[in-house]
Formats: sequence, C-alpha cells, structure tokens
Amino acid sequence: MRVYHFTEQPYPEVWAEHSDTLRVTLESKHLDPELASDLYHRYYDEWVLADELGLDIMVNEHHQTATCLSAASIVPLSILARITKRARLLILGYPIGHRSDPVRIAEELAMIDVISRGRLDMGFVKGVPYEFHCSNQNAVNVVERFWEAHDLIMKAMSTTGGAFSWEGKYFDYRHVNIWPRPYQQPAPPVWSTTGSRANAKLLGEKGYVMATLGSGWGTRALYDAYREGYQAAGRGIPGPDRFSYLALIAVADTEQKARERAEQIASYPRSSAIVAPAFRNPPGYLSAEDNARILLGQSAPRHKTKDGRPITTMRVPCRT
Amino acid sequence: MSHSEMSIGGVRISLDQQGEGPPLLFLDSGMRFEALSSAALDVLARDFTVYRPSHPGFGSSDRAVEMTSVDDLSYFYLDFLAEQDLTGVTIVGASFGAWIAAMMAVKCTARISHLVLINPVGIKISDRETRDVVDIFSMTEEDVRKAIFHSPPDSPITYSSMDDALLAARCREALARYAWAPYMHDPKLKGRLHRIDVPTLVLRGVSDGLTQQPYSEAFAAAVPAAQFGLIDKAGHLPHLEQPERFAEAVGNFVLERNGVRAASGAH
Repeated sequence: MRVYHFTEQPYPEVWAEHSDTLRVTLESKHLDPELASDLYHRYYDEWVLADELGLDIMVNEHHQTATCLSAASIVPLSILARITKRARLLILGYPIGHRSDPVRIAEELAMIDVISRGRLDMGFVKGVPYEFHCSNQNAVNVVERFWEAHDLIMKAMSTTGGAFSWEGKYFDYRHVNIWPRPYQQPAPPVWSTTGSRANAKLLGEKGYVMATLGSGWGTRALYDAYREGYQAAGRGIPGPDRFSYLALIAVADTEQKARERAEQIASYPRSSAIVAPAFRNPPGYLSAEDNARILLGQSAPRHKTKDGRPITTMRVPCRT
Repeated sequence: MSHSEMSIGGVRISLDQQGEGPPLLFLDSGMRFEALSSAALDVLARDFTVYRPSHPGFGSSDRAVEMTSVDDLSYFYLDFLAEQDLTGVTIVGASFGAWIAAMMAVKCTARISHLVLINPVGIKISDRETRDVVDIFSMTEEDVRKAIFHSPPDSPITYSSMDDALLAARCREALARYAWAPYMHDPKLKGRLHRIDVPTLVLRGVSDGLTQQPYSEAFAAAVPAAQFGLIDKAGHLPHLEQPERFAEAVGNFVLERNGVRAASGAH
C-alpha cells in the first residue's frame, strides 16, 4: 500500500463568514495575498516533509474558490517536481473535461514527468459540477469530451515518430509533435475517479488506477465492476495497486476523543461543499433520470453506508 | 388535437397538430414552463393548422447526439417543412424557438410566408462585458420563474409522475445542449438577419426579465421592414400569460397583413 499526502491548499480564513457560498461567487477581495502566500509556503513545506518521511504526494485543482487555492495544478506539480526527491506526484484530478487545450496538457505533464525523473501519476477527471460555470464548457457532453481529450493526450505523449493531425468532434490540431516526451514510457500511469459501475468497468478495461472518494458501501460494487472490466480485457486479476480510496479516518486513544476528532475532520468536506444553490447542478451534469428524481423531490444520488444511510458529508451530487 | 411521432433524417420527434387553415409552425421556448398551458395554440387553431413539435432532445423527442447547435435545429425544421411539403407557412417562435425560426429564415424562406418572433433571443448587441440575456443557468428555479413571468406562479411546478418530471428534466438539459455557450446567441446571426425577406413581427412581453426592450427592438430593427409590438401584463412567454391577446396579434398580422392592424391587440 502507498499513502499519498494531500491538501487542497485551502484558504480557511474566510470560512466562518462566507454568506452561504465558499465557491464560484465568493469575492476575491476577501483574500489577503500575504496570508495566501504564507499558506502556499506552509503547504509546500508540508509536502517536502512528506517526501522526506517516505510518503507520496497528491495535488488537486479547483477554480474560483476559497476551498482550494490550487487553481492550476501544473503550478504545484512544477514546484514539487524540482524540490522533492522520491515521492510519487499524483495529480487527482486534472479536470480535462474543463480544459480547452489537451495538447498543452500533454506538454505540461510530459515536462513534469521528465523534471521529476518519472514520478508523475496522471489522474484525469471530468470536473465538479459548479466549475462548468467557470470554465464555460458544456456539461451536457462532458463525458464524450473527456474521453476525446484523454485519447488525444495519450496519443500526443506516446507518438514519437513525428507529427500527427487531429480533427475530432471537440478538438482540432493540424500538427502535434510534443517535446519533451515523457520520462515514463510510453506515458505516466493514468488514474481516474468514478461513482458509477459502467465507468468503473471501463477503467478496468483500460487497466487504469481507479480512485473513489468516500464511496462507502458502494465501493465494493465499483471494485467488482472494475475487476469485471479488467478481466474482460484479458488482463487477469487486478492487483491492489489498481485501487485507491480516499477515506476520512480519525484515530485516538478513546472512542469519545476519536469521535470528536472525526467530527472536526468531517466538517472539512461539509464546509468545502458550500456553494450557492444555483451552481450546484448545471444542466447535463447529472442524467435526465437523476434530475427527474430531484424534480420529484427525491434527493440527488449519494453514497451510502452499509445499512443504507446517506453519507452526509458529501453534498456534491455524484455523476453516474 | 392529434398527436403523432415522425422521423426527420433519422431523428424521431413528437408532434401535436390541431385546427384548420393555413399552416402555422409553433416553435416553443423549450422551457419546462411551456407545459403550463396550451391555451394560445387552441386560439390559433381557430384560424390555422397548428403544428407544434417537441424539439429534438426536448420532451419526448429523440436526443440526437450530433445535433448541438441552433444551426442544426434550423436545418432540421427546414427539412421538416420539406418533408411535410408545407408551403406558405407562418412560423411563430418563442424565445429559443424564435432563435430557431430566425436561423431558418436567414437560410431559406421558400416555404415561409410570415415570421412572428416572441421575445426572441439569438443575437448579441451589447459589448463583450454585458450579457444580453439573463443567465438562467446560473439562477435558482425560483429566480428564473420571477424573471420569466409578469405574474410568477407562487410555487415551483410540481410533477406527479416520473414521466412528467423526466420530460421537464430533458428540456433543461436540451436547452443547455444548444444554448450554453455562446449563451443564448449565435455571434453571426445579427449580421444575417437582413436576409429575411418575409413579413416579420417581433412581439415583446412588457415585463420580460430575461431580455430588455432595447434588445427586442434591436432584433426587429435588424430584420428588414419588421414590425414591433408589445403585450402588456406578460413576461418572457406572453403566449402563456396572455394567450388571447397573443393569438389575436398573430392572427391580425398574418391574416390581414396591411400593417395597420398588425400590432392591434398588442399594447
């Protein structure tokens, strides 16, 4: 098992007085650049320490939010590629569903991989619902767009014999011939997240690392679907390194103390999910069927515990 | 009213047809509020054969994966007119439907006799930092309701069955499919409106909160010899709030055509 140290690089100073939105609409005048600078330095110091302690490192990216100052994950990756020595550097996730230029992504990530001497893990994600307003990409076709971006990035990284052209549904390039090519050949390992069995199976077919976040009792079904896809593609039995899980865990000497600590930890995803209602569910992000259930007054689909209780720390609807 | 399904170019849509008289194609706003009333069409059906399709991707019509723009929809409905062999057609479009109608008419008016555009969207008139159409995709349902109606319903529309809710959910998704970005307009359309060579009436609900009156007027001004009329006590969808006055304005304009009475019944 490998353990990745992760921080969203939050800006917690405004969390107490957020007027019901920490994302998208919170005015940036509430950010003190000097304090933000201190926070960045603190987070990078923590990561350097993680590297020295033998942990791996995970970074992420969100936009127009006080919950995550990592607005361009290529920046922390660039710094860490140079100042850390041995940690794997996982970006989870790189929201390629929001990005307009996949070839640029391939160039950036190839550079990171080479500078870090092959320590990059590439976690590709579609992006969270409320950031479609920020990127202006259309959530309606994001799955298809995501996979075209993925295909193009992988081809750009692994093509070494000269330029190719790309005239796809979403992206158009006349000349793709990136330098450098990645350190890990033909491309760094790919990770992705999912909440649906169909997508888990697809990730299994591709042999990618599948990560889930707080998926509770539903995790088993996702893992089974992944294994099904993995085996169907003739890959045999997937090893444990194909599965990644982000859990929220508190440990203490007594149960009471552990529960207090857990409450504190759970308050983090509760707070970071605070976003003005109009931005929570852009059209096309959830299926029409899921949206119909919401119109009927049923709640958005949520991760559940073994006995069927919704896991309430997660307010973001999960894309199926 | 008769309800049927038909296929154009492999895309199956549902179609309501009612009344007798010259053909009238009604292109609705695609918003789920359309389900609130069809009274305006009942009135129009006294004078016209009214065709009311559900746009591809909306309601119970097929979602055509390759159709992603209002340009696509305009070709689809030009094909519809040809397939039905309709001529002398009055096209009445509301909001997003008016955008489709205008996109059809700048291409070909061979089968079109009149255009009526109700609170049309589809053009860009203001500077790059001023949105012409209020962004309904960044608003709560309650705020959208307030912006759309002169007299907003007090509560959200409620749905009694999964089927009804699914039709509404499909409408919201489909509208974004075609109109998410550029938001509610085609940057090229305004410069092409001069091609419209059939009598055109632009109608505006006075209380529309999605667009402002100068926007509707600019739309009318860009269409040669278009007339402009206002409907009181109505918002973005006057055919829902003032069905009688709306239908009267359409009837006067199309059937009398002398321009003098064109907007009577409006105002």
